[in-house]
Amino acid sequence: MSKSSNLSVLFNGIIKENPIFVIMLGMCPTLGTTSSAMNGFGMGLATTFVLLSSNVVISLLKNFIPDNVRIPAFVVVIAAFVTLVEMVMQAYVPALYDSLGIFIPLIVVNCIVLGRAEAFAAKNTVFKSFLDGLGMGLGFTLALTLLGSTREILGTGKVFNFTLYPENYGMLMFVLAPGAFIALAYLIAIFNKLKKA
Amino acid sequence: MAKLESSFKNMVLVLTTITVVATVALSSVYSLTKEPIAASKKAKKENAIKEVLVPFDRLEEEAVLLENIPDSFYVYKAYKGDEFVGAAVLTFSKNGFSGEIKIMVGFDKEGNIINYSVLDQKETPGLGTKMVDWFKTERGNQDIRGLNGTKNNLTVTKDGGEVDAITAATISSRAFLESIRYAYIAYTQNYDIASGATAMSDSHTAKNKEEKQ
Repeated sequence: MSKSSNLSVLFNGIIKENPIFVIMLGMCPTLGTTSSAMNGFGMGLATTFVLLSSNVVISLLKNFIPDNVRIPAFVVVIAAFVTLVEMVMQAYVPALYDSLGIFIPLIVVNCIVLGRAEAFAAKNTVFKSFLDGLGMGLGFTLALTLLGSTREILGTGKVFNFTLYPENYGMLMFVLAPGAFIALAYLIAIFNKLKKA
Repeated sequence: MAKLESSFKNMVLVLTTITVVATVALSSVYSLTKEPIAASKKAKKENAIKEVLVPFDRLEEEAVLLENIPDSFYVYKAYKGDEFVGAAVLTFSKNGFSGEIKIMVGFDKEGNIINYSVLDQKETPGLGTKMVDWFKTERGNQDIRGLNGTKNNLTVTKDGGEVDAITAATISSRAFLESIRYAYIAYTQNYDIASGATAMSDSHTAKNKEEKQ
């Protein structure tokens, strides 16, 4: 296993196969939680943790899990990590927990997590799965933070609680659901343009 | 190592093992985080009470049930030494734009609103969510601090009241003010008027009680 292939596994998730902008998995939490940059960032980190841990554990267990029950086994592993994140968040960062609310337990059914478990961790070594989870998680976090910042700047004139212009001039729509679709579409377009260049 | 075969025995064994391990891991994390979670919830509530009341030494909690409302309101009576200084009421409304609104509102001993703090709401971002600050911002008639549940008509101007509703969020504003009115009723019902309130709010409270019946 050469060093460069490890690096390419890591960067694969961030750019080439970015879960949001390229693979387009997990759109529901993406649209739902990115009403502010901070929420997007927190959601991204929580998902990264789950991706990373479930990838490693599933990769460790891949030879012990019979093929016919792999999906339920993966889901149990993922659900356990999600519940863990939920409890830890509730205990130590209650403010973030309050604003993310229902979307934390919904990480369980986030297609990226199960998708990476099925497509990557179940076929690769522990170390590579770790890198894949990290890369995908960072890619997800990056995309969510970017989308959250865009929506927050356009909608309220603030980003990470730093005011850029008075809130009255903000386009409220960007904080609401339609704005999420529009902002996401433009970001995907820009991302694809840059990727081709 | 070759993959385990998908025989019935293997499948049952593997799934059971994974589930048991996950359960053990989760229950240990649960017992570890149980106290911090309870502590952070308590701290949130206490901070809210401190924010909406004048300084106090101790609190007395009391659940109050109002007519036609299934859930109870919690009144936290605050004392400085032995003197009663006011009360915070944990109030709610289910008539918001989406979901329940939970508010902690503080009254002084004359029944004037000192301040409020929104604990929980799921209103539309950018519109209804403005209630967090709107009703304590001094602009037009939108500030409810210092208003009194009997002397002032705590409804939105559109309904003939004295409080300016949030722009484009009348439903959220109505729900907010409804919860404040209920808080006031829960507070006055609970509190022995003769011991502190002025004669004026005395008669008003009596009138208020008649209205309720």
